[in-house]
Amino acid sequence: MAQRSMQMGMHTEKLSGKTQQRFFSPTEEENFLYPDGYDVDFNKRAEFDAGPLSPQEINLKLRELMSQGNGTIVMHNPGAKHSVAVGLLQRLNLHIKGSLGYFGCGLIDGPNITISGRVGWSCAENMLSGRVVIEKNAGSTFGAAIRGGDLVCKGDVGARVGIDQKGGTILIGGRAGAFCGFMMQRGRMIILGDAGMNLGDSMYDGTIYVGGKIAGLGVDAVEGEMTDLEVQWLERKLKMYGLEAPNGAKNLTKIVAGKQLWNYDNLEPSEKKIVL
Amino acid sequence: MATTKTQDVDKFIKDAAGLDTKREKEIGQHIGYRYDVNMVPDYARLTPFLEKYIEMMGWDDLNWLEDVHMGYEEGRPAIFDRNCNGWVTIPPEMKLPEDQQGRDMLARELLIKFQMSKKHPLWDLKRAYKKF
Repeated sequence: MAQRSMQMGMHTEKLSGKTQQRFFSPTEEENFLYPDGYDVDFNKRAEFDAGPLSPQEINLKLRELMSQGNGTIVMHNPGAKHSVAVGLLQRLNLHIKGSLGYFGCGLIDGPNITISGRVGWSCAENMLSGRVVIEKNAGSTFGAAIRGGDLVCKGDVGARVGIDQKGGTILIGGRAGAFCGFMMQRGRMIILGDAGMNLGDSMYDGTIYVGGKIAGLGVDAVEGEMTDLEVQWLERKLKMYGLEAPNGAKNLTKIVAGKQLWNYDNLEPSEKKIVL
Repeated sequence: MATTKTQDVDKFIKDAAGLDTKREKEIGQHIGYRYDVNMVPDYARLTPFLEKYIEMMGWDDLNWLEDVHMGYEEGRPAIFDRNCNGWVTIPPEMKLPEDQQGRDMLARELLIKFQMSKKHPLWDLKRAYKKF
């Protein structure tokens, strides 16, 4: 089969050897911020009313306040507007007093965000680093394609949490819907309540921990062995956000990829039926 | 139940291709990561540099750096930098710790230094294309 696909020219892209050939300099000076980031002070605080502003105006207001050196910003009356607090690429403490609509806090790299209300679909999609903590519930595709950082919802979440997750930690205090961890590639997901159908469907890698009942595992998702280091890590992470596993961290159910789908294209049709 | 595999930390330095399975040999490419992508950090190994970075960012742990590991590319130790979508190699004269946890901490330090540097390719791209 591989020979046939070679003949068809399907293997022209060289998958390995993408090294940049750029060496780290061990003597690089100590710098913790991106060169073009605003130099903000966590002790300098600003507040504003987002009620009369459009989403674009809200995001520009945040940028303006950061450029003035404000490291702590409080946003009032977000009004469940969509695409708010997106593209924040630096250290910042942002407190949102209310709820967000769709795609809130997307594409962020560094800030610590707290949201006192709820969030709509795709909160923190493509998040790179930082922390987002939601006090109430969240909609579907929570943390879609997240790459890094901690994304926490203390309430319940909808379906397809962490779809295409590529890193980071998603922590859910309550229940989660169907197809969570769908096509997950790496990172960690912790669901302290019950998880819906098809958990971890077609996951390539990464780890899912569940405290409650699992309605059903997806294709190629299997139970894994918990290590002592993982238990320590879980206890540390849960404590950070004031959460507790229902029966203790060591009794969470660990789900990982069975890795049968990695060789999917090499399977015969009859074998595919067995795997799927 | 899937079990956690332990392997020689230098496996992919000694054997750059790392072709183990029949399928890998058939296609001539290693399948999957060249390190344990699911390994969580051992916080007892945290370095002073990383502690300082965590404090500066206002976090309580390594945050996104929990997903940074030292990998191996073309038989050399390297770190995947998502900001330039490529492997960045470690200077050959740098001595590597004996275990993967120690190497991961080193990788995290080096990646921070590289990403925050004006020598990083993203800095040139931003100067050329950023909108605001």
